[in-house]
Amino acid sequence: MYRSLFARDVFAELDRMQREVQEAFDLSPSIRGIGRGGFPALNVGGTPQSVEIYAFAPGLDPATMEVNLDRGLLTIAGERTPDLPSGDDVKAAVHINERFGGRFRRVVSLSDDVDPNTVAADYRDGVLHIHVKRHQSAQPRRITVQ
Amino acid sequence: MNDTTAVTKNEHASRTDAATRNEAAQRSDSALMPPVDVIEDSAGITLRADLPGVPKDKLKLQVEAGTLTIEGEVSIAMPESMEATYAEVSVPRFRRVFTLSKELDTAKVSAEFKQGVLSLRIPKAEHAQPRRIDVKVS
Repeated sequence: MYRSLFARDVFAELDRMQREVQEAFDLSPSIRGIGRGGFPALNVGGTPQSVEIYAFAPGLDPATMEVNLDRGLLTIAGERTPDLPSGDDVKAAVHINERFGGRFRRVVSLSDDVDPNTVAADYRDGVLHIHVKRHQSAQPRRITVQ
Repeated sequence: MNDTTAVTKNEHASRTDAATRNEAAQRSDSALMPPVDVIEDSAGITLRADLPGVPKDKLKLQVEAGTLTIEGEVSIAMPESMEATYAEVSVPRFRRVFTLSKELDTAKVSAEFKQGVLSLRIPKAEHAQPRRIDVKVS
């Protein structure tokens, strides 16, 4: 997903190398491949009551983002238009091109105890935050002794 | 009564925890390198950087002695009791330094920060702008 086609871009190359080494050493990769390094970057966390997903997707129009939850699979998809000069503008030169442009899709499989009816998403400072509550029955409960 | 005390204590404990974590993060000087696009045209340079999660007041731009420094602190509201299970953005800081060239007019840099994308425009100095010389035929 990263553009490492630009040979002179050392950092992108290092990124790619690191990813390959990681893939080689990870003995049990997920069936959807190694997610790391894709766009948007994801952080996932959980509380006893909910699952929180943070997608680092700056510069997007919230209306164009697609967030789906289907049978425990959360999909984040959308498109980021690259704002580079078009090819016919001969006077503009692109010196560095590292930012992601194009269509993207990332899938996260959530644990079984989430309630698909309680998904909430908001977008702020370029971070998409998805909040899914866990089922009431799966939450820790204190049982009173009578 | 007892309950309230416990709650306040907990809050206090977590706040000090957060403070120590903050200090620890500041001491370790690691930062993520934000991806950028740099485009040059005849009038100047446009730089765009992805800094997701950085609010406007935590973004620091500095031009000093021919270098441009972009620094941002990631600040995202998270539930107190959250435990991270998977993280790709593990350092809450972005930093990148660029060396500027002489013909760029650093006094006229304009910046815009919108939804985590920073757009910087650095115009070229007046004398470095291309001029078209009219050839007169006598």
